[in-house]
Amino acid sequence: MVRAALIPIALAMLATATASRAQQQELPVNSVADGVFVHNGKTAQMTRENDGAIANVGFIVGEDAVAVIDTGGSLREGRQLLAAIRARTDKPIRYVINTHGHPDHVFGNGAFVQDGTTFVGHANLPRTLATRGQFYLDAFRRTMGDDLIDEIRIVPPMLLVSGTLKLDLGRRPLVLRAWPAAHSDCDLTVLDEKTGTLFAGDLVFLTHTPVLDGSIRGWLGALDELGALPAQRVVPGHGAVSGWPAALAEERRYLQTLASDVRGLVKSGKPIATAGTAAGSERSRWELFDDFNTRNATAAFSEIEWE
Amino acid sequence: MPGSLFRLFGVAGLLLLGAPQALAAEQNDPWPGLVQDIFNSRPMNDGNDVIAIEMPARAEDAAIVPVTLRTKLPSGDSRQVLSITLVIDQNPAPMAAKFQLGPDAKVSEISTRVRVNNYTDVHVVAELSDGKLYMAKTYVKASGGCSAPAAKNADEAKGRLGQMRYRQFAKSGEGPTSGTREAQIMVGHPNNSGLQMDQVTQLYVPAFFVNELRLWQDDSPVLTMEGGISISEDPNIRFTYVSNGAKNFRAEAKDTEGHVFQREWKIDDSGM
Repeated sequence: MVRAALIPIALAMLATATASRAQQQELPVNSVADGVFVHNGKTAQMTRENDGAIANVGFIVGEDAVAVIDTGGSLREGRQLLAAIRARTDKPIRYVINTHGHPDHVFGNGAFVQDGTTFVGHANLPRTLATRGQFYLDAFRRTMGDDLIDEIRIVPPMLLVSGTLKLDLGRRPLVLRAWPAAHSDCDLTVLDEKTGTLFAGDLVFLTHTPVLDGSIRGWLGALDELGALPAQRVVPGHGAVSGWPAALAEERRYLQTLASDVRGLVKSGKPIATAGTAAGSERSRWELFDDFNTRNATAAFSEIEWE
Repeated sequence: MPGSLFRLFGVAGLLLLGAPQALAAEQNDPWPGLVQDIFNSRPMNDGNDVIAIEMPARAEDAAIVPVTLRTKLPSGDSRQVLSITLVIDQNPAPMAAKFQLGPDAKVSEISTRVRVNNYTDVHVVAELSDGKLYMAKTYVKASGGCSAPAAKNADEAKGRLGQMRYRQFAKSGEGPTSGTREAQIMVGHPNNSGLQMDQVTQLYVPAFFVNELRLWQDDSPVLTMEGGISISEDPNIRFTYVSNGAKNFRAEAKDTEGHVFQREWKIDDSGM
């Protein structure tokens, strides 16, 4: 009797679940090259309203399998990215690659946890997530709210990269490269050799003010080598997919100006509280400048004063 | 029934675990408890004429928030500042630093950098020679974006362990004869919070930080800092004091693993 009564309920629940999966909203993605899809994140801070979907995320489809590159700023965005993949291919997702540990790139990881999917990151990424993961969850609850934050899980990589690593999706080699501290201390780039598409993570910013969370000297030092990578186009961490290596010019100018202005402040004995005046000439060239420039300058100051 | 009870507690437990520090913070003010724990419940007097605290309204970089403490006693006042304590109420370790001021160094200003984990009151408490405590405070908003009160370049921070730098600054408007000097000591140290768990062992990494920094001009103490994990990586103190004509400046730092770092520098007599 009880059992008989439960069956229709269970069926109804199943139907609801199926319907909700079918209706799972897809993250809008563009095909930027053969088998390469990118969602262009909104240039903004992560909020309740934008689901944290502010970074560029994407995927590459090989003959046998798919690689996801960054998963977005919420589990909701991750699920929508998964729906966008499933609308285009049934091939298994073999790899989820995180370009670094910032929340707008890793908060969606939980949507991709399943047998047969390997999470890949810089050798320093587990440390970053261990140190910062809980702090990020607490901090972003304020702007993103309980609904988005409660379901997020911090998923660290199991396959770690130091130096370079080649992955294959079936006649589709990807070259992963771990960088010394630059934008952060766990930056990883992914080069799709077949199409010459470089997923640069936050080593490359366009439009969105670059964010310094690693080493300004390291970042400036990495630009030449980064620019020499054999790519036709870059998917930056933030900003439009652009030609390579021309896309580096704006960021290079910003970082050089910042470093040079901060050096001037340090040399003339100014205190760190004045760091925010550095790179003022760049203000009109970037979005979110007031959100990030003083922070960048403060970080750069604390590094450059040890020169 | 036991099952649903269990579930109820399980859910409650999850809610507690996931309780946003930020929201909890706004609901209870930790300051009364901190006065009890740190100051042994001694009465707090209004310190706005005694001590000033300057911090940015927003922690731009959560790991490096500049703070300046400035004594405000008028020159005729017979009282002296003995110590200054800096408390960041909402940090995991609220007591950021206690500065003991050398009796003859007339330290009038101290700047350092701290971590700020959350939206928080920041209190400064001066103890004067009248035996009373004087308090002033400010409020700092937490950083936005992906800034965290953690190392940016953890390997480099380790590599700098124990390096010390001293620098003198020109003091604008003060001639060399005034004896007023502004100087800075930097100590290379990761100042790890110990709040992260080791992925492999699942044990918390022990905190590792500079817990004492002493500064002298010749043999006369200028300033001593007892510090904790709220002090930023590479502890940095910039301070204004009055020279006793000393030829040398000396610094000694100790950390929680028992390292002792010492250095001595010649003082530039030009009064720059």
